[in-house]
Amino acid sequence: MTVPVVSVEGVSKRFGAVQALRDVSVAFHAGEITALIGENGAGKSTLMRVLEGEHRPDSGRVLVDGQPVQLNSPRAAHGSGIRVIHQEPEIIPELTVAENIFIGDIKARGGIFLDRADLERRSLELLNTFGVVDVLSPGQRCHGLSPALRQLIEIMRALRPGARLLAFDEPTSSLTEDEAQRLFRVIRRLKADGVAVIYISHRLREIIELADRCVVMRDGSRVADEPIAALDEQRMVRLMVGRPVSDLFNRKERTLGPVRLALEDVTTRRVQGISFEVRAGEIVGLGGLVGAGRTEVARAIVGLDPLLSGQMAAGGKPYRPREPSDAVATGIGLVPEDRKQEALLLMQAVRDNVSLVVPDKVSRYGFFSRRRERALVAHHVAELRVKTPSIEQAVGKLSGGNQQKVVFARWQARGPAVLILDEPTRGIDVGAKAEIYRLIESLADRGLAILLISSEMPELLGLADRVLVMQGGRISGELPWQVASEEAVLALAMRSGKETIERRVS
Amino acid sequence: MTDTATTGRERAPATLLGRIGAQNISLLIALVVLLAIFGALRPDVFFTPRNLINIGLAVTLLGILAMAQTVVIVSGGLDISVGSIVGLSTMVLAVAAQETGSIPISILAGLLAGLLAGAINGLIIVYGPVNAVIATLGTMSAFRGLAYLMNNGNSIPITGDSLRALGIGTLFGLPFAIWLLIAAMAAFIVFTRETVVGRNIYALGGNPTVARLAGIPIRRYQISIYAMSGFAAAVAGLVLASRTMSGQPASGSQGLELEAITAAILGGCALQGGKGTIVGAMLGVLIIGVLNNGMILTSVPTFYQLLAKGALLILAVIVQERQRARTGE
Repeated sequence: MTVPVVSVEGVSKRFGAVQALRDVSVAFHAGEITALIGENGAGKSTLMRVLEGEHRPDSGRVLVDGQPVQLNSPRAAHGSGIRVIHQEPEIIPELTVAENIFIGDIKARGGIFLDRADLERRSLELLNTFGVVDVLSPGQRCHGLSPALRQLIEIMRALRPGARLLAFDEPTSSLTEDEAQRLFRVIRRLKADGVAVIYISHRLREIIELADRCVVMRDGSRVADEPIAALDEQRMVRLMVGRPVSDLFNRKERTLGPVRLALEDVTTRRVQGISFEVRAGEIVGLGGLVGAGRTEVARAIVGLDPLLSGQMAAGGKPYRPREPSDAVATGIGLVPEDRKQEALLLMQAVRDNVSLVVPDKVSRYGFFSRRRERALVAHHVAELRVKTPSIEQAVGKLSGGNQQKVVFARWQARGPAVLILDEPTRGIDVGAKAEIYRLIESLADRGLAILLISSEMPELLGLADRVLVMQGGRISGELPWQVASEEAVLALAMRSGKETIERRVS
Repeated sequence: MTDTATTGRERAPATLLGRIGAQNISLLIALVVLLAIFGALRPDVFFTPRNLINIGLAVTLLGILAMAQTVVIVSGGLDISVGSIVGLSTMVLAVAAQETGSIPISILAGLLAGLLAGAINGLIIVYGPVNAVIATLGTMSAFRGLAYLMNNGNSIPITGDSLRALGIGTLFGLPFAIWLLIAAMAAFIVFTRETVVGRNIYALGGNPTVARLAGIPIRRYQISIYAMSGFAAAVAGLVLASRTMSGQPASGSQGLELEAITAAILGGCALQGGKGTIVGAMLGVLIIGVLNNGMILTSVPTFYQLLAKGALLILAVIVQERQRARTGE
């Protein structure tokens, strides 16, 4: 057995009342891709922080090449060849691609002036290695780059000489299928070059495709460390959750009610000629690649983007929102894509976050009735089984899944006729995901009209009664659930160029 | 990061609305220390009822402005033009008194002028759109110019017993102005803590996108907030006019915006918005009032007083940033 590049032995770490890591031992070998999975809060990120030198373990040790080391600072970890690529790439938009890659390591002529030639040469080398010279040039400013390219820059930055262990923290959560595949090629090349790779993801299929070995964490402990061949998705989920998880989706026929939301030839600056209807009790999926205009359809519906032409109707009446407040008043709710930036006041209490959209139900003559507010919030929080010590807890301290449940509780309190869900399970772990799916289904059962935007195929195919696929700001096709498959959706999503846009209605 | 440590036990619950926090306690301590220092330096006059009432009177203008400023800052904005609006509203009041001879009508005119000036700020900020600091920096100069223009830069005397009565009258031994301040404080506290609109302003300042998507009509809110700030400045203008029995384009209102912002920041307002309390701002006001009064009593030259107040504002922000870094908010 070779000596692992990096290993941790018996590492424990406690934060206050939380035992974040419990006697964890894992070894990472050169040329091996180790997947690290577990629910949110299982300790994956804490383990990364220990490797990164951000946290010092309470006990246990970290070894590099079999020698114990003290990783007291990110600098020390960097010096030992350990690099972590975070979910949110830290790219400075006003700097060029080359400057961003080599930031902190830019050579200066005479100690003063930027050595642009050297910078360009070195970054071109990297861009060539990654086969992305056609999309990125060294002198280009990073302003407006797609998440995928930003991530690529972050990876190239991490690959500066001396990288021996490279950890990816949920790298594909904001990538399209295509971009993810490109990333996998990069990771496989790293593996071939003898780098030890840690790959953290919630997407189990990716892991089976990519990893050699899988380490499962639960409640701060390592509960499994097995070759990937010995695992399948079901077993992985069972290990993560600690109990068997029933099927994620329960497909059943729902009776559809009247049309709740209708779009006719809606055109904004970002989408063209969008027409569709959502009926009471129906879940309409909106699929397509990132950037195809799905979120922009949602923005038009809630009044964030003005309509250039076309019209909308809600509940059979013409509906022309000028502000999201019009949407809320009409009974249209949005669960936005970015929970932390667009949905929740993280520092505020669960109570405030839920009652934000129901001021009329918790006040009299503009003054709060705290008793009514608490009763209403407590009712919905309990019904959705939000795990929180109290409704006064700051929402930012809850886990991702529970935060999302708070957003759902908010709309449940409002009781809209139409609910738009934009990536409702992004960054949520498997157990909580299943609960969110149950919730979406039960909302539809109760007669809500639901528009579901999702990049996760299983979610889209498992929940939606029919899937509208978007491409380049238009709807490129429609698939009833009976015929919707991953391939069919992708075919519509990537249908090239200007061929006639026709609806495929079977 | 994906892992969020959630624990069953957390510190004191984070409620949206104001609470007496560590910051207010440290402000109280600072106030007590100041009182002790000046009391020791001038034991003969400092704690006399007359001087305490003087401090109270001196902080009425500032108090009203600081509370309104707190609401503006909580909403994520800033209003630098309030000092100028005070001056402008006294001039409008004086001109109206000259023209109509009716004090009630003049008072109404002054208050309307402030409301209008504030609404103009709001409209510029929302529909420009112009950054609030820049917009009100511009109108600070413009409104002051307007106030000077109304009588060629001169003040206008006002005659009228009812206004004088307002300026010098007392109730239960306290001047009307102090009662006005107490009433305003009660109103602002109830507004920020117990009303839907007040809570929505915290949401707006905390994250405008979240507030907007939750159905809060944020433009209408912003315009109303600046109109309210202008109106509060006009109320302060009324106090000033009743005390001086004149319309004053600049005297008595210059630099009030700096003090109001200082008081609000001292009181725990975060310039990023979403955070701040009326009680905190009033503690800040008292600190500034005691400092002003004490420096006069101990014969500190005016120039040093300006220096001290500027330093206080910067110090307040530094302390706040340190706290923010520590609590990781």
